[in-house]
Amino acid sequence: MRWRIRGGRVIDPARGLDRVTDLYLAAGRVLSVDAPPPEFGDGQVREVDARGLLVCPGFVDLCARLREPGSEHKATILSETRAAARAGITTLCCPPDTLPIIDTPAVAELVHRRAEESGHAKVVCLGALTAGLAGRQLAEMFHLKAIGCVGVTNAMSPIADTEVLRRAFEYAATAGLTVFLHAEDPWLGRGCLHEGPVATRLGLPGIPETAETVALSRDLLLIEQTGVRAHFCRLSSARAVALVRAAQDAGLPITADVAAHQLHLTDIDVGYYDSLCHVRPPLRSLRDREGLREGVCAGVIGAICSDHQPHERDAKTAPFEATEPGISALETLLPLTLALVGDAVLTLPEAIAALTLRPARILGIEAGSLAPGTPADVCVFDPRADWTLTKEGLISAGKNTPFLGWSLRGRVTHTFVSGRVVFEDAAAIR
Amino acid sequence: MQARDLQTDGKGRLKHFLCIEGLPRALLLDILDAAESFAGVGERAVKKVPLMRGKTIANLFFEASTRTRTTFELAAKRLSADVLNLNIQASSTSKGESLLDTLRTLEAMHCDMFVVRHGMSGAAHLIASHVADEVRVINAGDGRHEHPTQALLDCFTIRRATGAWAERGSSSLVIAIVGDVLHSRVARSDIHAFNTLGVGELRVVGPKTLLPNAVETLGVHVFHDPEAGLCDADVIIMLRLQNERMQGALLPSALEYFKTYGLTPARLLRAKPDVVVMHPGPINRGVEIDSAVADGSQSLILEQVRYGIAVRMAVMSMAMGSLPRTRPPRSMRDD
Repeated sequence: MRWRIRGGRVIDPARGLDRVTDLYLAAGRVLSVDAPPPEFGDGQVREVDARGLLVCPGFVDLCARLREPGSEHKATILSETRAAARAGITTLCCPPDTLPIIDTPAVAELVHRRAEESGHAKVVCLGALTAGLAGRQLAEMFHLKAIGCVGVTNAMSPIADTEVLRRAFEYAATAGLTVFLHAEDPWLGRGCLHEGPVATRLGLPGIPETAETVALSRDLLLIEQTGVRAHFCRLSSARAVALVRAAQDAGLPITADVAAHQLHLTDIDVGYYDSLCHVRPPLRSLRDREGLREGVCAGVIGAICSDHQPHERDAKTAPFEATEPGISALETLLPLTLALVGDAVLTLPEAIAALTLRPARILGIEAGSLAPGTPADVCVFDPRADWTLTKEGLISAGKNTPFLGWSLRGRVTHTFVSGRVVFEDAAAIR
Repeated sequence: MQARDLQTDGKGRLKHFLCIEGLPRALLLDILDAAESFAGVGERAVKKVPLMRGKTIANLFFEASTRTRTTFELAAKRLSADVLNLNIQASSTSKGESLLDTLRTLEAMHCDMFVVRHGMSGAAHLIASHVADEVRVINAGDGRHEHPTQALLDCFTIRRATGAWAERGSSSLVIAIVGDVLHSRVARSDIHAFNTLGVGELRVVGPKTLLPNAVETLGVHVFHDPEAGLCDADVIIMLRLQNERMQGALLPSALEYFKTYGLTPARLLRAKPDVVVMHPGPINRGVEIDSAVADGSQSLILEQVRYGIAVRMAVMSMAMGSLPRTRPPRSMRDD
């Protein structure tokens, strides 16, 4: 199938492209921008009228729990890749904390196969850094890499033993794999809400900022020592941003991301125990939120991810500390990122880069660009469309989001994965 | 989910009683005034008033408790209600699940009021936001959050002993809350209650390990030195120190705690001569308080228990809307 996406504002941060033009797709790949090659007119061409719309690479989400295998009562690869397609996300990166854990090639293969069957979005996996994420024995990283894992991580299970951590970094460096780090001290991180006035008022066990900064500092020193390529996932505090920035300035090749909700919410939003705001790392203070925004603005934090964690209703219906952390976040990723343009944190091309080029580079995958010859993963969206998030409107099986009822700006009209339409907003077609 | 919305109806009347925070001063004083009218009931030959006859109250205790459960039970019986006691000692992993399951079961039985004690903060709010509109929820202690009836009985005891807030006026009392504020729901409720009613100075006293982060934002002065913290105090509230606090990295030993922060006769001399000493109980003699002080003339510990019944009668009858009224309570009048 060949496509002409006509008259949209095409933004491709990989090539610094930002102008109103046409985009041509054929045989699952980007064919050209501006003018079609001579042979394009032969045969059937379908057209998307993108006038007034924005055309960019499909989004690459660095962290999305799809809940399969193991927690299909929460969501499935089918349900969540459908939600991703609705949200303009064409590549999802799945952490290894599924059941069973992705510490063997078989589980990674299963996820890849289920994603291919669903066909709504591409799914890449991070393999486990240690067997069973237990922090004791190294996972089979060469095997995981051979099956297509794009990096390794211990997900949300901090490795307490620094000797194991050091060896895991060394081995990952040997295998040429990036380690994805969730900086959290196993002891200081045992609370459920940012340690501060709100947690004190509500009587909830707090997670101090040092839960993040102590682990991050330790990790930075071991990264320096071992020479591993490292990426810090979902920073939550202003101090952590400052530490990452200092390390980057000193020449350490590290990258970082932040979850979109961290750029909009603070611990105040927990109100009286709103479990929808129970996330890990926790929502922190306004000062931290501003620090994260500055980090995004300065490029210290290169990528914005959804940190998508769909849950069933019961998982969120309990006393706050007994609820499971996480937000169903795929479908708010674009509008929450675009809101940063409105708040003058990012320009529109920078916002697009934070969702496309930069996460693709962090994962080392062929995505996030509209260069001719690259896979035709394309998102078309209306940057001025205002809509209200409702439970009924969510495609994800997880309805757990604190943004329900929010008025959001920016809505996807078309999503292409390898040149195939995986989402088309019937209401938006003119 | 706002506490104020849950706790009062559209006309400012008490609906659920979940936390002191957010309740208006006039409402707290109405409860204290109502408790005053109930204080004599227990001393009569017939210890019952028919205010809640025909109502069913379920005491839902997910956490062990003797005195709170007993005083709630006595209060309910003196109001002529039928009482159902449920002690649900859930394992920590299944707490959330059994909470909701129990709730749904009891809802089907048409209970009129739930009195809830739970080990996790926010449990009472959760229940109040899930019950049918006509059902009332009273918080009998949720995790480290609040224990609002305890705070009101503390206020009631202080008012009787010192005359504070008499005629609904303010007071210039210096109140010191000493000990494990970090884990104490009583301390949080007391702090909100005293600050709402108005005091001269409110202090918390303890080592840094037992005071929560940013505790001063609750409206207290922080003291780590007990000699300074008790200086010229009118009221001292000692908090219970649970044994398990010795196992973490919070304190080295009970003995060192007693020597450093325990309320001894010598330390009591730092306070005003007519100081009163309170404790939510159960007390640990020789840990947070010396027996000579606990049993001494300045101790109001047993009064607290006694007044607890009257205060809980007041809260339950007001939440049920069954308090006899010849005129609207002061919080609803314009004056």
